[in-house]
Amino acid sequence: MHACFGGSAAANSRWRSLAKNWELYLFVLPAVAYIILYCYLPMYGVQIAFKDYRVGKGIEGSAWVGLKHFQKFLSTPSCLQLIRNTLNLSLYWLAVGFPMPILFALVVNELADGRFKKFIQTISYAPHFISTVVMVSMITMFLDASNGIVNKLIGYLGIGPYPFMTVAAWFPTIYVVSGVWQNLGWSAIIYFAALSGIDPELHEAAMIDGAGRLKRIWHINLPGILPTVTILLILSVGNIMSVGFEKVYLMQNALNTETSEIISTFVYKMGLQYNQYSYSSAIGLFNSAINFVLLVTVNFVTRRIGGTSLF
Amino acid sequence: MSKIQMPVEERIGKVIMVIVLCLASLAALYPFLYVFSMAISSPEHVLRRDVYLYPRGIGLEGYRLVFSNANIWRSYANTIYYTLVGTAINVTLTVLAAYPLSRPRFVLRRPLSLMITFTMFFGGGMIPFFIVISRLGLYNTRWGVLLPFAVSAWNIIIARTFYESIPEALIESATIDGAGNMVTLVKIVLPLSGSILSVLALFYAVGHWNSYFWPLVLLNNPELQPLQIYLYKILVQLKQDTMAGAQIGISRTVAAEQFKYSSIIVSILPIIVVYPFLQKYFVKGVMIGAVKG
Repeated sequence: MHACFGGSAAANSRWRSLAKNWELYLFVLPAVAYIILYCYLPMYGVQIAFKDYRVGKGIEGSAWVGLKHFQKFLSTPSCLQLIRNTLNLSLYWLAVGFPMPILFALVVNELADGRFKKFIQTISYAPHFISTVVMVSMITMFLDASNGIVNKLIGYLGIGPYPFMTVAAWFPTIYVVSGVWQNLGWSAIIYFAALSGIDPELHEAAMIDGAGRLKRIWHINLPGILPTVTILLILSVGNIMSVGFEKVYLMQNALNTETSEIISTFVYKMGLQYNQYSYSSAIGLFNSAINFVLLVTVNFVTRRIGGTSLF
Repeated sequence: MSKIQMPVEERIGKVIMVIVLCLASLAALYPFLYVFSMAISSPEHVLRRDVYLYPRGIGLEGYRLVFSNANIWRSYANTIYYTLVGTAINVTLTVLAAYPLSRPRFVLRRPLSLMITFTMFFGGGMIPFFIVISRLGLYNTRWGVLLPFAVSAWNIIIARTFYESIPEALIESATIDGAGNMVTLVKIVLPLSGSILSVLALFYAVGHWNSYFWPLVLLNNPELQPLQIYLYKILVQLKQDTMAGAQIGISRTVAAEQFKYSSIIVSILPIIVVYPFLQKYFVKGVMIGAVKG
């Protein structure tokens, strides 16, 4: 852009750099082609949310219908329930799944560097690598009313058996607890990194002043990782409406849809099972719009309060 | 005696902390142990449900069924194919894109970075993505689960951050010595990329190995389906695999159940085997990404 006004010398050097570095352009070409094809083309395709998409007519050829699909969604009886379920599940996850790794990192950080600390960390990452399919099947097996180990164990305490998977009220808790199990250690890594960047002299000075362990965690470690926490919080809120679709979908059964049907699973069913492409694109877009508003709001609030923000 | 005596309440706190962490790591490991024990215990114990932690007796029927099952072998081979080819494509494209984007003299650095970062926050959604894939003729083909996932914007940014740490002076001195960009990349940059390559390969490979959703949507043909789809059918949809139940003697249901546990073990085995060798890279990968926040 500057080249246009910068005189011929600048423009010349730019051209020379371009000619000399043509290979660099070749290097980025495949990735850029990919991004255009599979990221920007679908964004262009979002317009079918405002059209009646027919496969034969293509994206451009289909007729515009304005907000018809949005109105249809907002007037379905299940619409409110879908939004409520989505918010309920994601806020529950945010309230429990977000702080737990912070707590875990703060506790593990108190261990002296050595075998035990390393061991705890290594073990805690392991569940992250389990696939969603295996994860959900393990949940189902463990919670099985007649054969599951959980019912067997609580049976000794005189409770149950309890058909956890088929009771709608249990679904959010099972989702959140199993999510904590799977992600506790992995999500803590970033806090470990942030904690290792805190100046040890701060701790030494506080110890001389007589600050105990809890005091030091509260007044040194927590403020030290606060910027990281804020950024991750903003990102989590920005993803709030896209809460774990793949896992929720696998955990669904006919008896728990009352709480387990969320917007993204509904989008999948409408779109790819019933082939209502336009309708389901509209719901998806509606979902992204809410998401975007939440992201911007949280970003604004955290910038006002603490000075940390994503953009 | 110890140099500095900790106050009593601090010592109690420390003991509680260690106990809590031991319990937490037991909880992290327990499901693995349980599945392994259920898979390998003798059928009587599985039937009696008195396996809690360690295996009781030995029964290899579950594994025999897994290893004699042609569906598992085929989908396993597919998963290995998708993981190897997919990861090779992913890592190549990521490095090729990340290196130029890290160079200050690369003219398109800022606009292209912005263009890539944008896709991390905005997308067309499931249906338009699916329409694009089928329009390109990739539905129900092996390329369908490879090309649409050829590179991840997030990983390009991670790799770019890593390459920014290679000083421009080093690259310049190679250029002065007459090396072109290609030679510089292969002879100077790649030898310095050991850790980032491992991190990228790890993240991408685990992603391919574990992915079920898009293969489920895009691959209708059982011949092309990866292992996770097979597991989805027998573990989540609870479909009976006719090839798995064919046996006489002890209860068929027990054999079918041990078959499930065994197939879980077989599916996570490669990850467990490489886990100890790769675990130092996990932290590195997340930290490289974290620098950028």
